[in-house]
Formats: sequence, structure tokens, C-alpha cells
Amino acid sequence: MGKGGVKLIEGNLRHDGRKFDELRSISMTVGVLKNSNGSAIVEYGKTKVLAAVYGPREPPSKYVLLPNRAVIRCRYHMAPFSTHERKNPAPSRREIELSKVIREALEPVVMSELYPRTSIDIFIEVINADGGTRTASITAASLALADAGIPMRDLVASVAVGKVDGVLVLDIDEVEDMYGEADMPVAMAPTLRWITMLQLNGVLTRDEFIQALNLAKKGIEIIYNMQKEVLKKKYLSIKVEE
Amino acid sequence: MSSSLYVQNRELVTPGQLLCEGKVSVSTPTTVYCIDTKCYSAVVGLADIEGDKIGVIPLEGFYYPKVGDVVIGIVTSVGLTSWEVDIRALHPAVLYASDFLNRPLNPGRETLSDYLDIGDVVLAKVENVGRGRAITLSVKGKGFGKVCKGSLVEISSAKVPRVIGKKGSMLQLLTSECKCEIIVAQNGRILIDNCPNKDFEEIAILAIKKIEREAHISGLTDRVKEFIIKEKVRRGLFVG
Amino acid sequence: MSVTPSSEYVVPKLKSEVMISMLSKGLRISGRRVDEFRPISIVKDYIPNADGSAFVKLGGTQVLVGVKLEVGSPFPDTPNEGNLMINAEFVPTASPVFEPGPPDENAIELARVIDRGIREAKAINLSKLVIIPGRKVWNIWVDIYVLDHDGNLIDASSIGTLAALMTAKLPKVEVREGGEVIIDKNVRTEPLPLNKAVVTVTVCKVGNYLIVDPDLEESALSDVKVTVAVSEDGLITGIQKSGQGYLSEDDVLVIMNMALTKGKEIINTVKNLLTS
Repeated sequence: MGKGGVKLIEGNLRHDGRKFDELRSISMTVGVLKNSNGSAIVEYGKTKVLAAVYGPREPPSKYVLLPNRAVIRCRYHMAPFSTHERKNPAPSRREIELSKVIREALEPVVMSELYPRTSIDIFIEVINADGGTRTASITAASLALADAGIPMRDLVASVAVGKVDGVLVLDIDEVEDMYGEADMPVAMAPTLRWITMLQLNGVLTRDEFIQALNLAKKGIEIIYNMQKEVLKKKYLSIKVEE
Repeated sequence: MSSSLYVQNRELVTPGQLLCEGKVSVSTPTTVYCIDTKCYSAVVGLADIEGDKIGVIPLEGFYYPKVGDVVIGIVTSVGLTSWEVDIRALHPAVLYASDFLNRPLNPGRETLSDYLDIGDVVLAKVENVGRGRAITLSVKGKGFGKVCKGSLVEISSAKVPRVIGKKGSMLQLLTSECKCEIIVAQNGRILIDNCPNKDFEEIAILAIKKIEREAHISGLTDRVKEFIIKEKVRRGLFVG
Repeated sequence: MSVTPSSEYVVPKLKSEVMISMLSKGLRISGRRVDEFRPISIVKDYIPNADGSAFVKLGGTQVLVGVKLEVGSPFPDTPNEGNLMINAEFVPTASPVFEPGPPDENAIELARVIDRGIREAKAINLSKLVIIPGRKVWNIWVDIYVLDHDGNLIDASSIGTLAALMTAKLPKVEVREGGEVIIDKNVRTEPLPLNKAVVTVTVCKVGNYLIVDPDLEESALSDVKVTVAVSEDGLITGIQKSGQGYLSEDDVLVIMNMALTKGKEIINTVKNLLTS
């Protein structure tokens, strides 16, 4: 029994019927906005996130420019209607921290040294929040950067592993996050095997941590393949007019 | 020389995709990067393999100016001795009055907006791309300068090579079939002028947009030719 | 919005090359081993007006942590629990690059990471901080004041937070008829109900080498670090990777091992320093 008396595990299945190592139903689309250079909408179950990329471009304030590379400006923001109770639109401490964490998850792969004195802007809006918003955000931002044609060393895919009722499970939703014992979001550049984001909110033993990391890697491989497919699909689906 | 290739020519690749291993030369350093002996794609694009040269032709992207590029710009701001021109690059470009007039400006008798005002279109060459500094343009030379008539089409600058084609074959097809004057600038802007009539101009525009959409599919030249012929027939223009 | 920061401190190449070549032999220029913390000093009860406080020095880094205990209402979803709030300020005295103003993303991240490490471990028994069930509880305010920055602000802050919480004492509280709560700060009763001690251990990567408790220069050379919150009973209670770089899986496993070992040591050091 998780805290709050909510039964999260029933036999071999979770409260929503998923197996322990099963992702939620994930969908991805790129090129959804006309004005931004790149964009993507990613859904992990009911969590829905929109990412838009502008750049490389001149930022409004020359003060932030760096002489030898592009700066990356990243904003993670939750729409007021995205949560159960209306969220105040002003940036919260959580959003400020996550904006930094997400930017740092993408910094290692973006080849920013190619565009000195410019800004690459990543705007993420959480449209509906049901757990895993930062992981869906990183996945979406990665697609949006590729959609914008910004050179990257690899795509970044992200998923969270949780511990609920003592069991390690993949891609936790909000209920599992609220009543579970641990929430560990991970982001990786899978081909290069680089870990670019790693957080833990909760308690794990060292062995549980190792198992959780392996479970995350499995989920990340699947999400990465979906990212590649959706980027290619944009071109493969263009039918030659007869 | 031992090297292994992991992709085929014209294969659609994604960022991080391993292209090859071993001794190869990279033909497109902004879209392919290497760690030790392994080379990876940095963008979504088509693998381009020619002998031992490997590159990736991007399918998306922004215009990155090179000295000598022909560009079509739109004036966005008028200064005292120069204009600021948008050429769809990472920074705005500058056109100096002295270059435009071929003589120094006489500030007492003339202002720059007499010559080029906000919204005007210019055909220019990229003269200088200082690292991080403004891009300078030049309009010296025949045909460069203010563009007063014609239709402007914008496409993704990544698709410009396809509109021009191998050895200019696609552009040649467009100009001869549509009977228009077509100037394709490197920054993804295309000027169409002097078409026999509005229909021909429309066909040219539609053909260019088709090339942009299907840039990654082979056999494009033939398809475009077929498309133009069909359009001509549809509009009752004689094939000839 | 988070923006790529400009380098706050540039290490001259001649120095950085020496540092990295020494690391290949397992040594740092300060003489420390890669898994060695700098000397820690703690002065407890440093701030008379605070209900608990500690002044910590970790090498050249100096952090002041003050604990204030106030009576307040519980949060609606935890009516029978006290509350813990942790805030951090990077005071402009600490570094030429700190500007006055509200906490920036680094200060916010630091406070939240320390908060999560303590909260998730249930290091404080919040249900023992109830005065009138459902109506009045103790609110623990922890304010971390970074006074001088010589690297590894977060571990110094977590040591200070632990010390301040361990030495804080609840004031005498009296509940009168009609629900009025009177506090007498002149009389101290018991310490806070702490279940277990938690500290953070930060490991950063310089070149290919993982080093613990980086000083300012080592931090400037490193582009990635991991802060691990560790409890005295050997559990991982928080992790935060930060920086523009990346880690390999092997790096991460080594870091976890280092953190669990050093965490226990540091907690023992803190306890010893506080009882002496």
C-alpha cells in the first residue's frame, strides 16, 4: 500500500493495468507550429508537452551573448490549466529549477560552438500534466531542435523510473509519483551512451539505483527509436503526387 | 585504407546516427561530426556518399551565409550611412550607402530612404561574414541592386540546391518550360520575372514549391517536368 | 528562463594542464586525494536570534545556516504534520559574480536539492511537530546564507543545514484555553525530532577524473557534477546532475559508491564536531 492508502500494484500490474516495465502510450509529432524553426508535441500517456525552438538567432539582449558559441535559452513552463488545480502562471521555483535541468540535459549534444554570438531558444509548455513532464519535455525539445535543423551530436531521450509499493516501475504517472517512494528521471543520448540528466526524488538503495538505471535505459531505447521514426516519417510520408 | 560504411547513399539519417568508421573525409563539416574514427550525422538529412567522402545533406535548416553567395534581401531599417537588410540568416546584414551609390553619400542633399526604404527588395552578394559581426552585402555588378518587379517565393534554404539541380539542370528545366526569368538566391528566396503571362508564373511557383516538398525523393527532375506539362494542359496552354 | 551562463572563472591553461596531469596520478594540486574532503569546521549556535544555527567552513567556502521555528497552520493535505521550508541566498559578498537580487536558478536548485534530500529521507519526523492537531504546527524555516564561494556550496550548505537542525531546540510552547498558542523563546525544551542525518556529497568530473568536494578552480575546470544526498543508514535520498556536460554509466556508478562512503564519513565528522 502506497502512502495515502492508494493501491498502486495489484499482482503483476500497476494501477492503470501496465506491466512494471511498460511505457505509457507515447505519441510524437514534429513540425506542428508554423512560425518556430522547429517544434514538436510529445505525449506520455495523458501528459502532453509542446516544445518550440527558435534559432540560432540574435537574442533581444546582446548582454547574454557568448563570443565562442551560441547560448541556449530554455524555458519550462506549465500552462495554468495543465494541472488539477489551476497553476499560477508566474514561474515557480520548480519551473526555474526544471528550466535549468532541461537546458543542461540538452547542452552536451547541441553543437553550439558552430554559431557564436547567437541564441538558440527552447520554449516548453506543459499543456497537460500527469507525471513525467520534464522527461516528455526533454524528448520533445530534442525533436524540436532536430526539426529546426540545429546540428546535434545525438538526440536525447528521457524517461522516469519510479518505485511504487517497493517495486521499480518504468514511466510513472502522477498518481504513482505522488504515492510512490521514489521518482528518478533520466535522460540519455543513446548512441553515444551519454547520461545528460539524472535526478532522484525519493529513496533508493544502491542496488535499487542500479536496477532503476537499467530499467530507464530500456525505456530510453524505445523512446529514441520512436524519435528517429517520427523525424523520418515527416519525409517518408510525403506522397509523390501522381 | 579500411573503413566501414553503415548507411547507403541517399539514405535518410537522423542526428546521432553512425555513418561510418575508419578513414574517411567529411564533405559537410557542419552536418557530420566525428569522434575518433567514427563519424555521425548531426542533422536529419540524406547521406551523401561519393567515393571516400561522406556528408549529410540537411533537409531542414537555416541559411548560413558564405562570402560570394547571391542573396535576396528585404530592407528592415534605414540608417544614416547604411541599411539593415534581412537575408534570413542568423544575424541581419548591412548594406553600406557607399557600396550602393558607388560614391560617398551627400548627407546634406540626400537621405538613404530616397534610394532604398523599409520593405524594398534587393539582389546582392555576400561580401563579408565577420565571425559574429554583421554580414556585409554588396550590390556592385550587373543585375544587382534594388528589385522593382517580379514575384518573390520563399523556400527553405536547405532545398536551394535541389531547385538549382545538378549542374543547374533543374533551374534550366524551370526557365525553359515556364519561360520565365528565375533567380535562385542561396538564402532560399527566389525571384520570378518576365513570364509570358500569369499562368506561367503560377506554374513556376507551384513547381518550385513541389521541389521543396519532394526534395528528398529521387527522380524529381522527371516528375517536375511532368507536373509542368500537366499544368500547362490543364490551363489550356499549349505544350511547346 | 534558463540561459547558458558565461564562465564565472577562467582557469589559465598553464594551470589547468598541471591540474589534469596531477589528477592522472590521483592527486590534486592542493595535495588532496580525489576522494578527500577539505577540512570542515562548524561553529554551532552562531546566531543568538536564531532557533538553531551553524557557521560552516569547508576549505575556503563559508556558509551560514539559520533555523527559525514558527507556529503556523499546517498545509491542507498534511493537517497533522509540521512543515519544512528551505531557502538559499547567494549573498553578493561571496563572489564577484553574485549580484544582489532574488535567488537565481543556482540558489533555487541548491535549496531544492537539499530540501528533497532531507524531506524524502524523512530525516525530520514532521508528525511530531504538531501543537494543535489540524490547526497549529511548527514550521521549520531553514535559511542558507552563502557568504564566501570557494566551490562546492551545496555540500557546505548541507553540512550547515544538518548542524543547525541537530542543534536547534524547540521553544517552550503553551496551549491556552480557546486555542491560543503562547511561545516562550527564553525557555528551550527539546531538540527537533530528527530520525536520521542526511548530507549531500558532490562529485565533479575534471577531464576523465572524478573528484569529490571540488574547490572553485576545480569547479571551473569541470563541466559536470553530481550531488548525491545520502543518509547515515546508507540510502540514496536524492540525486542531481548539473552542468553542461555528460556522464557515462560507469561514471555514475563510481559516483554513487563514492557518495555513499563519503556521506557516512561526513555525517560522523559533523556529529563529532558538534559534540566536542
